[in-house]
Amino acid sequence: MPHINLPSEFPGIRSLFMYRPETAAPLNHLVQTLLHDPHPTLSAGERELIATYVSRLNTCKYCSNIHGAIAKHQLGGDGELVELVLADPDTAPISTQLKALLKIAAKVQAGGKQVNADDIAAAREAGATDVELHDTVLIAAAFCMYNRYVDGLATWQPDDAELYDKMGKQRASEGYMTAPFKVNRTEQQLQNS
Amino acid sequence: MAHIKLKNEELPGIVGLLNYRPETARPLLDLAETLLRGESTLTSGEREIIAASVSYWNQCHFCHTSHAAAAVAHLKSGINLIDDIKAGLPNTPVSDKLRALLHIAHQVQRNGKNVTDDDIAAAREEGATDAEIHDTVLIAAAFCMFNRYVDGLGTWAPGPNEAYLEMGERMAHVGYGKY
Repeated sequence: MPHINLPSEFPGIRSLFMYRPETAAPLNHLVQTLLHDPHPTLSAGERELIATYVSRLNTCKYCSNIHGAIAKHQLGGDGELVELVLADPDTAPISTQLKALLKIAAKVQAGGKQVNADDIAAAREAGATDVELHDTVLIAAAFCMYNRYVDGLATWQPDDAELYDKMGKQRASEGYMTAPFKVNRTEQQLQNS
Repeated sequence: MAHIKLKNEELPGIVGLLNYRPETARPLLDLAETLLRGESTLTSGEREIIAASVSYWNQCHFCHTSHAAAAVAHLKSGINLIDDIKAGLPNTPVSDKLRALLHIAHQVQRNGKNVTDDDIAAAREEGATDAEIHDTVLIAAAFCMFNRYVDGLGTWAPGPNEAYLEMGERMAHVGYGKY
């Protein structure tokens, strides 16, 4: 049960967005800008992988599942790549640059001060630009917020891979600003949640 | 020196980052304005104390001191409030409700899942509403972002508390993203 009285038809952060539209607007605008809007160099798939990886490090089930699904659809349906990155970015078939950015993202997740000059130098060596470094740090930081928001209020986080895939497909094609699916639950399901 | 080349290296903390990337600055400022100065049954002074406390627990000197200075400006408390927040407010008269909400904020700072039913019940016992619990969790979560953003890019920050008083006045009485 969520810690506060939230609409029951929406999972995770979507129930919080419905509950408080005043804060939903900037939160949604931020994620749209960071992950979906055109970026000079990072693809939406790469940015979603950073968001998914940080959410997994924060053990946020809803955020890691939904962004994992969005990442998959942004990467041409390659769900296996998402799993390989989550298991170990160092051995996953991704560029050395993205590996270096994921390393910085993990440092940010542990604490901003963990990022050191060597981490930055390694990313630059692999070709990372200032805007990429900036956005990697801000995506990682932002997911330290979204994850805590979703878990801190004990929102409903379904175990339903098909549902995440359907929602992920929608977000990958439409971005973050369109209305979410309603998920109707029975009385029994509500009591068990 | 920051980890990236900012457009204006004289601007401290998050100010230099907001100036560097206006596309992300807009929603970040709107979020701070809504959470800390928007309509709420918590006063802006109370909300700035939550923001400053979380920033202290995250060891972000710039965010802690600037938001504590905003609390000083709202509450007309005097500069000692800045260090009192670090110590857990032993010398500041705050409500038991705010202390219960600060406990929830501290749990969120560690990880969202640390917030327990008992923590929520204790806050309700002191009169906290759903909206107040919601905003406390989101303020704490948001400062886990702002703090990591500011420190993760290695921005510089003024040292002494006194250097933040004027900034705190502007944050409190002019607002976020308004000049």
